[in-house]
Amino acid sequence: MSESNMTNKTVLHAKHLESAAKMVDFYGWEMPINYGSQIEEHHAVRTNAGMFDVSHMTIVDVQGSDAQAFLRRLVINDVAKLEVAGKALYTGMCNEQGGVIDDLIVYYFTTTDYRLVVNSATREKDLAWINSQAANFDVTITERPEFAMIAVQGPQAKAKVATLLNAEQTAAVDGMKPFFSAQAGDLFIATTGYTGESGYEIALPQEQAASFWQQLLDVGVAPCGLGARDTLRLEAGMNLYGLDMDETVSPLAANMAWTIAWEPSDRNFIGREALAAQRAAGDQHKLVGLVMEEKGVLRTGLKVLVNGEEGVITSGTFSPTLGHSIAMARVPRSIGETCEVEMRKKSVTVKVIKPSFVRNGKKCF
Amino acid sequence: MSNIPSELKYATSHEWVRNEGDGTVTIGISEHAQELLGDMVFVELPDVGDEISVGDDVAVAESVKAASDIYAPVSGEVIAVNEDLEDSPELVNSDAFGDGWMFKVKLDDAGELDALLDAEGYKNVVDDE
Repeated sequence: MSESNMTNKTVLHAKHLESAAKMVDFYGWEMPINYGSQIEEHHAVRTNAGMFDVSHMTIVDVQGSDAQAFLRRLVINDVAKLEVAGKALYTGMCNEQGGVIDDLIVYYFTTTDYRLVVNSATREKDLAWINSQAANFDVTITERPEFAMIAVQGPQAKAKVATLLNAEQTAAVDGMKPFFSAQAGDLFIATTGYTGESGYEIALPQEQAASFWQQLLDVGVAPCGLGARDTLRLEAGMNLYGLDMDETVSPLAANMAWTIAWEPSDRNFIGREALAAQRAAGDQHKLVGLVMEEKGVLRTGLKVLVNGEEGVITSGTFSPTLGHSIAMARVPRSIGETCEVEMRKKSVTVKVIKPSFVRNGKKCF
Repeated sequence: MSNIPSELKYATSHEWVRNEGDGTVTIGISEHAQELLGDMVFVELPDVGDEISVGDDVAVAESVKAASDIYAPVSGEVIAVNEDLEDSPELVNSDAFGDGWMFKVKLDDAGELDALLDAEGYKNVVDDE
């Protein structure tokens, strides 16, 4: 049996079953899709605090004298911008054709010590790519499967986590701004997330994960599955790799242009030439947000019509916060304030906005 | 294992039918069906007065996961629809066989009920999935 065919379980698997999770296969991992109602879990994160087992995600440490030079080549954003220890950066890594191999977060500790968190669905190809690109650099690439990871998100998330921290850990996270990280005893705590709410993503030794999860349950943090994770990230306008972009899609067509650092112009990151040509030509589609206030749900894969040209819904869902459907769509750049979507039995006119729908519990368009 | 009340009739496409004994029936989708669909977000119902025939797609149950057609398990006239589902589609999840009912039909031919599955027959359909 090949590795990709095995069903992996995180160390929190038994905890999920204790909370009556409905488990599904997620790219080879048996993960909770919900614990009863994904809409209730969604609301828990928007109004209080929820937690997600994200132990399936891949943590990769990049260390060595060339670590900064290597990452300045590997990813489209510029890690040289990172100057404060603990600072995090969202970006993508592209192939030479400018297609997105994956999106990721880079955590900076020193110019010889970084941590990457990449998607689990793309783990094998990401590791193969990173290792092949590292060949000419003095770096060590180390996967860290011994860590579990728990995302605690929502307006009350930080306060609830705070009740579980000791004095040293409290000091480490005190006043931490968004998109920062700190090693606090055994906990690696980052103010990142995938929901549009404040909160933490916490990596910790696997053997401590079940106990930490239970303590979070005990202080009223709701366990949330992949279903709520998807509606939350879509409301926040955050991309999901494999749907909103993949190796055939340019970051310019995936609302990721802001993650490309064009300056300094002599930084030769992988894909630069192809992306610069696309940018000059202005020929890429763009990723927009769609809003449909009438009944029905915009679904992934539906066709979008813009002045006779075609686009596609890359992610569509019902927004539990807004009470109607929202979507992200990759469409011709000529798109105006509305477009047509071919629904099941009708064509519907929907509103076009920037792909961001809900932030900190509130409608943001 | 989901609940399958023995007093109801079922279609293989997961609708349930309750014979009210006065020539009318109440129709909804089974607990098993709502489990498959997940949280319901919209239910589109037929209009009162619609004439429907067995097999017609007469309603749509739209969940977080998918839109699913609901087929008429019997023929007749729609005499009532569950208007509570407009604001509370989650009733289909929380009480599929009760408050989550969808519509009522005045039967053209009560004999059509005999063609539907009983609880045991429907359990076999569910077990085979």
